[in-house]
Amino acid sequence: MSYFSNIFNGIKTLLTGMSITGKYFLNSRKGAITQQYPDNRDTLKMFDRFRGEVIMPHDENNEHACTGCQKCEIACPNGTIEIIWDRGIDEYTGKNKKKIDKFVYHLSMCTMCGLCIDVCPTDAIKWGQNFENSVYDRTALTRVLNKPGSKLRPGVED
Amino acid sequence: MPLSITKSIQEMLLSMMSESAAYYAAMVVVALLYLGIFAIAGLFLVLLERRIAAWFQLRIGPNRVGFQGLLQTMADALKLVSKELTGTDRADKFLYNLAPYFVIISALMALGLIPFTKEFQAFDINIGIFFLIAISSIGVIGILLGGWASNNKFALIGAMRSGVQTISYELSVGLSLLTMILLTGSLQLSEIVEVQKGGWLIVQGHIPAIIAFMIYMIAGTAETNRAPFDMVEAESELGAGFHTEYSGMKFAYFFLAEFINMFLIAAIATTVFFGAWLSPFGITESIPWLGVFWFLAKTLLLVFLMMWFRWTFPRLRVDQLLTLEWKYLLPINLVNIVVMAFIVWQNLIIQI
Repeated sequence: MSYFSNIFNGIKTLLTGMSITGKYFLNSRKGAITQQYPDNRDTLKMFDRFRGEVIMPHDENNEHACTGCQKCEIACPNGTIEIIWDRGIDEYTGKNKKKIDKFVYHLSMCTMCGLCIDVCPTDAIKWGQNFENSVYDRTALTRVLNKPGSKLRPGVED
Repeated sequence: MPLSITKSIQEMLLSMMSESAAYYAAMVVVALLYLGIFAIAGLFLVLLERRIAAWFQLRIGPNRVGFQGLLQTMADALKLVSKELTGTDRADKFLYNLAPYFVIISALMALGLIPFTKEFQAFDINIGIFFLIAISSIGVIGILLGGWASNNKFALIGAMRSGVQTISYELSVGLSLLTMILLTGSLQLSEIVEVQKGGWLIVQGHIPAIIAFMIYMIAGTAETNRAPFDMVEAESELGAGFHTEYSGMKFAYFFLAEFINMFLIAAIATTVFFGAWLSPFGITESIPWLGVFWFLAKTLLLVFLMMWFRWTFPRLRVDQLLTLEWKYLLPINLVNIVVMAFIVWQNLIIQI
């Protein structure tokens, strides 16, 4: 008897599959995941977990959260990050402290592994959403992530 | 305007030349007409497949060349024409070059029999269905030749699988059509349409007709070597199967033949099960040329069904393929014929 139940079970499961794809077919108008890229350049938003490039967010007072601990530099497997640091008097605490001068990021060497972002204790660096990374001159791929004149946000180290 | 194409073209030519010359000239003109129409129609079927595939997968599909991508496949065909025809070393050049023509010609020949409307039928032979089944089997020789002559192991495996598959599923196609022949009592396609004026055959034959239709669609999909029966091409296993070594226009012939075959299978199903060019409930019976519209609408619906199969089901293994045919479809089909014979004998047909 399993012969006939096989047939009916087969037809039933096939119809289940067809109803699922049929639903997708009917919803393809509004649910299409294809991005027609150059046309929707202004409105295109990348998804949350997209790894475009490493960026360092600055707030409105031109302050970042990088303490210059160099953990990211150590974590990076291929020497993408280079931190040029200095010591100076911190205005907030008045102590002589280590601070970054330049956070140099070589995008041309980055494999987007994310180890630097995982290891950062103060969340100073993040994934950027920019994906248009091609340039005509490769020196443009070497970026200084901290903006000129920026300084450490007070209270990050507490 | 009467669409009796062969006759009207012949009469038109008769005013210009002698009778026998007009006879041959009319045949050539009709052949070229069909060739032109279906080469273009095949291209649009390819486009349709690509758009529908995209929609099933929540993509958009080709929409750049021309309005909504309507000229995409034209551009592809132009590209293929301009490409170099390559071949392998020590391939059997003669058979290698012959194979695509076998496939495309057998596909185009069968089209002549399809009744698009009452008059738009090039060749109304009295053994219509038999001729269709016979001619559609010739296509597999082209595939076998192509695979064998390519001197490539993937092509050979693909071709041999095609042989196994087509020989097996030919039985089911033939028997499921035979079930319907019991109802019509004629193999001639125009007669089959005539019988359906009292209700489409799928209604007339009710349960066994529906079973026969399901078997026909399964076996027909296998006949055309489309997914889920695309053992022949099986991109993930065999490269491109039997046409791995073909390029340019010869590849395009195989590709076009696949789509014309798909149209053909759907057209035969339309003719035999869904009343060909007859409108539902005879709503447009007074306007005969609308038959083309109804025929194409029904056929494209069935083509869509086959595309739906393709983008839903995973590919079968060879043993599953043969199990399906020999253990399930064939016995059911044979029982179905007996049931249909009983129904015809007892006159349990539903007539509208």
